[in-house]
Amino acid sequence: MSGPNTDYDPVEVTPLKAEQVEAMREAALAAIADARDLDALKQVRLDHNGDRSPLALANREIGALPPQARKDAGQRVGQARGAINQALAARQAVLEAEHEERMLVEETVDVSLPTTRRRRGSRHPLTLQSELIADLFVAMGYEVAEGPVVEAEWLNFDALNLGPDHPARTMQDTFWTEPAEDHLVLRTQTSPVQARTMLTRTPPIYVVCPGRVFRTDEYDATHSPMFHQVEGLVVDEGITMAHLKGTLDHFASQLFGDGITTRFRPSYFPFTEPSAEVDVLCFVCLGVDAAACRTCRGEGWIEWGGCGVVNPRVLVACGVDPEVYSGFAFGMGIDRSFMFRHDLGDLRPLFEGDVRFSSAFGTEI
Amino acid sequence: MKASLSWILDYVDVPEGTTTEHLTDRLTLTGLKLEAIESPGREITGPLVIGRVLTMEPEPQKNGKTINWCTVDVGDANGTGEPQGIVCGAHNFEPGDLVVTVLPGGVLPGGFEIGARKTYGHMSAGMICSARELGLGDDHDGIIVLPADAGEPGQDARAVLGLDEETIEFEINPDRAYALSLRGIAREVLVSVDGASNLRDPAVRDTPAANADGHPVVVEDAEGCPVFVARKVTGFDPTASTPDFMVRRITAAGMRPISLAVDVTNYVMLETGRPIHGYDADNLEGAIVVRRARDGETLTTLDGAKRALDPADLVVTDDSGIIGLGGVMGGETTEISGSTTSILVEAAHWDAVSMFRTGRRHKITSEAGKRNERGVDPTICEAAADRVVELLVEHGGAQADPGVTVVGTPPQMPVVEVPGDLAERVSGMPISEERSIECLRAIGCEVSGSGTLSVTPPPWRPDLTDAQDFSEEVVRLVGYDRIPSVLPTPPSGRGLTRAQQLRRRIGRTLAGEGFVEVVTFPFVGTTDLDDLGVPADDPRRDLLQLSNPLSAEAAYLTTTLLPGVLRAAGKNVGHGNADVAIFETGTVTLPRHAGPAAILPVDRRPTEEEFAALDAALPAQPFHLAVVAAGDAVAGGWWGEARPVEWADAVEAVRAVAAALGLDVSASAVELAPWHPGRCAELSVEGQVIGHAGEVHPSVCQSFGLPKRTVAAEVDLDVLIERSVHLRRAPAFSSYPVAKEDVALVVDSSVAAADVEAALREGAGELLESVRLFDVFTGEQVGEGRKSLAYALRFRAADRTLKEGEAATARDAAIALAAERTGAVQRA
Ligand SMILES: [Zn+2]
Repeated sequence: MSGPNTDYDPVEVTPLKAEQVEAMREAALAAIADARDLDALKQVRLDHNGDRSPLALANREIGALPPQARKDAGQRVGQARGAINQALAARQAVLEAEHEERMLVEETVDVSLPTTRRRRGSRHPLTLQSELIADLFVAMGYEVAEGPVVEAEWLNFDALNLGPDHPARTMQDTFWTEPAEDHLVLRTQTSPVQARTMLTRTPPIYVVCPGRVFRTDEYDATHSPMFHQVEGLVVDEGITMAHLKGTLDHFASQLFGDGITTRFRPSYFPFTEPSAEVDVLCFVCLGVDAAACRTCRGEGWIEWGGCGVVNPRVLVACGVDPEVYSGFAFGMGIDRSFMFRHDLGDLRPLFEGDVRFSSAFGTEI
Repeated sequence: MKASLSWILDYVDVPEGTTTEHLTDRLTLTGLKLEAIESPGREITGPLVIGRVLTMEPEPQKNGKTINWCTVDVGDANGTGEPQGIVCGAHNFEPGDLVVTVLPGGVLPGGFEIGARKTYGHMSAGMICSARELGLGDDHDGIIVLPADAGEPGQDARAVLGLDEETIEFEINPDRAYALSLRGIAREVLVSVDGASNLRDPAVRDTPAANADGHPVVVEDAEGCPVFVARKVTGFDPTASTPDFMVRRITAAGMRPISLAVDVTNYVMLETGRPIHGYDADNLEGAIVVRRARDGETLTTLDGAKRALDPADLVVTDDSGIIGLGGVMGGETTEISGSTTSILVEAAHWDAVSMFRTGRRHKITSEAGKRNERGVDPTICEAAADRVVELLVEHGGAQADPGVTVVGTPPQMPVVEVPGDLAERVSGMPISEERSIECLRAIGCEVSGSGTLSVTPPPWRPDLTDAQDFSEEVVRLVGYDRIPSVLPTPPSGRGLTRAQQLRRRIGRTLAGEGFVEVVTFPFVGTTDLDDLGVPADDPRRDLLQLSNPLSAEAAYLTTTLLPGVLRAAGKNVGHGNADVAIFETGTVTLPRHAGPAAILPVDRRPTEEEFAALDAALPAQPFHLAVVAAGDAVAGGWWGEARPVEWADAVEAVRAVAAALGLDVSASAVELAPWHPGRCAELSVEGQVIGHAGEVHPSVCQSFGLPKRTVAAEVDLDVLIERSVHLRRAPAFSSYPVAKEDVALVVDSSVAAADVEAALREGAGELLESVRLFDVFTGEQVGEGRKSLAYALRFRAADRTLKEGEAATARDAAIALAAERTGAVQRA
């Protein structure tokens, strides 16, 4: 093999002969074409295009040639190397593409593997139901009012026309706190929020009050010492029972489905007069062939809550002029509504904290 | 209130063909809600017929019993016309008696199927029935022997026995006390059912005038007892039995038949609504005096309870002392007994509020009390007493004593001014004044005037006091089902308040962090705080006590949400869900001991001061969040090892919530129950403590059935919400290159990483973009009691590329301040 030679001035150098260069080029191109993978191509590149490759070595000899021969040889070698580079690049691209394709095949995973690495959280269905109801009313222009759970006796009873000797006070099985002379109760209804609203706002008033309430009921499948209620209160000029009916019909259709309406039956609540029990049309059987219906137990209607025209006595105690304003109020059990809306027969899972229960409802209902 | 349909229809006519369903539908829509329709015979199917006993042969048995082998004529009911052979164990009948016979194929209450079966050596084909076997009462002394004129053998026995009778149960609202009587229900039928007519008011009757010959009665408290009527019968036969119809009606009404004298008073109470009391007249000593009790007086009531009386209790006395708690319950000494032959009948009107208070004070609930405390027609005392006398005479062989005592006069009903258009204005449907007047008269009101009506309610409607009360009467008769459905038009609302929005955001954030929301009761006992390891002087022990808790173990309102969530977590673990992460939001109750919440007047609005004072008297009720996690935070699987929850998960949950509100939380070490003393973080926002988080103390874990290393946090969300950042400013990013510097500092183990970081930040100055602690290392290389903290610092200027060495200078300044503040030494 010839190394660089500067000692003489030849007219011709064997490796730079045209046929020699052509042979090197052919050998290189053949090797490139034969390279089966990127590693092999790398070796081919070293062997045929590297610093020690025949062409590179031949190239060093160019300087020894006379000018015309130098030019010819330079051209020959340059062209050969150009062709080899091109072939290398082309082969590189092909092999890279092949390699990537193979790698992707090799990287195939079982996409059916479980992906439950993180815990999934959820919100309590009663929270979701409360928010859903609040949103229905907010959409109508109502605001959401709130109040304390431990409440002044006066606000829970007296202000709502339940005087100390009102028989209804015994109906309500109130939790009282010690000492008794402090006159505090666990609110038995969200109605004190209505009183608070009238005491702190001026009409027109359009509010709903969802919240926790308490009664001294033993805990069983259908009773709980703590449950959730939503009450609504409207005080405005010219408010009538027709407005109450319209509002509850709308509420029912939003919560239970299009076409679900309400039915009023006369009832008694100290804070409303006239008062009504509200039944909602059974959204399962629609009152048709109700006999076999589990949801309404064959009634066609489901007891939903109470309502009425705000008793003028309540307006007076809360600083609203009954000569100018009238109002309506209604109250429904959120838990109860949830139970029949979601076919829950026993309310206890609502308060047991078993994650399997809340998880079933996710973050929206 | 339960009443048999036939009894109701004794007092009012309904059109031919009116079904029970129609009647009860109408009553439900006008205010007497149907609870149930019962029929005693509904469980009896198959042949139940009248039989005539033809022969009976007593046959002693080896077991000492004697059975009767009977042949019974059941007409053609058995298909053959031949006498039916039946074995009967009872002996209270004889040949020729009419009895009730169930034939093979019949089914009695309880699904008891009757067939022909071989017994005591005979083929007994059917059964002769007792009242109990038919579900008609507890009487099992013998079989039912029908009156001789009851019917013919083979005839269906149901009608004779009243088995077809339907009993209707109504739910009576507190304002409709008049409907606790047949009289009241009949009137409701009259006004509710189309075509109903001919009301026959049982309380309207001719009664003998008062005279001076009656038992002397003195009423010292006319307000408590405005009317007292006393009548007397003598020669009463104490062995006389209560007629069947009366037994059936009383039983159907849900009361127990006791004796004729008592049953008659109950019957008349059900009929008229007026509670009646009967005294054994022979045990009365001298005049009856009605007064309030005196301090220290006692009475043993009919139920055997010796009661200490309150000066507000109304009592009935005679020369012997107190003989009854007026209107509520009689005393033992004058109780009607099995030997009573003279009966003094009391029909008195009592003040409803006094009745209510006495009933509540002595915890007595009775049918009489229920009516007296809701209000009874004060004008019917004479009629009711007269009716009792009539029935005692008729069924008990008694003679009416001519003496009639009437003390007092019924209070006048008020006249109420009612705008003629009120019903229309209240209901929102067209109701003319004429229609209103018609409705008011239908329920018994007297109405005069026009424009503004002067309305006097009937005496059985003490609930009608306000103009609006009358509007309900009109609207319910016009029909609640006719009220149109009209949506009001509220003014534009402001949507949810910011706090309401943020509470939702907090819930969603925690759900996103993998926590499941639970709802628990806020009741706790001191043992719950013991389980938390809360020391005696901890403010969380200052609990608001319930006067009437459902259980003594949970007699307080909780000051912390932790017991509830820890219990819930423990329950989940107990159910086999070892990896659990839950949260709860809710108010806790922190007593303020601020004195009583006043009972304010209701005839005016409270003043601002009064209203503020009410609020000030309430306990503080901040809105809290509690989280608990146990088991694995990340489950193990094909992706790798499980990661158990650790203290940091609890802190991180709170940080996630705070971040959702635009807030940063800082943590510092503190010792607080129920947390691990070395693994509890006090969490603060802008220097204000918001709560705590960390690993739960192992002994607390054990108390709540949770695995070791369970973590928990509790924070005050009100504070977080109040401090939340409302309008966040848009950030400005530098697009100049970043310069990174890593720093390893060695400090004492006791030095808080947060302090080192704070010093680095401050020392580095404004070029510092971020600090990240990427490694904590302890070991021989750093020395005993020391730790190495490795930080990655990033520097960047907002407006230029940093010059060579600038970042290094800032880093050195950071290290210098950390060294000064925390004794940090740069690790070689
Ligand atoms: Zn249904």
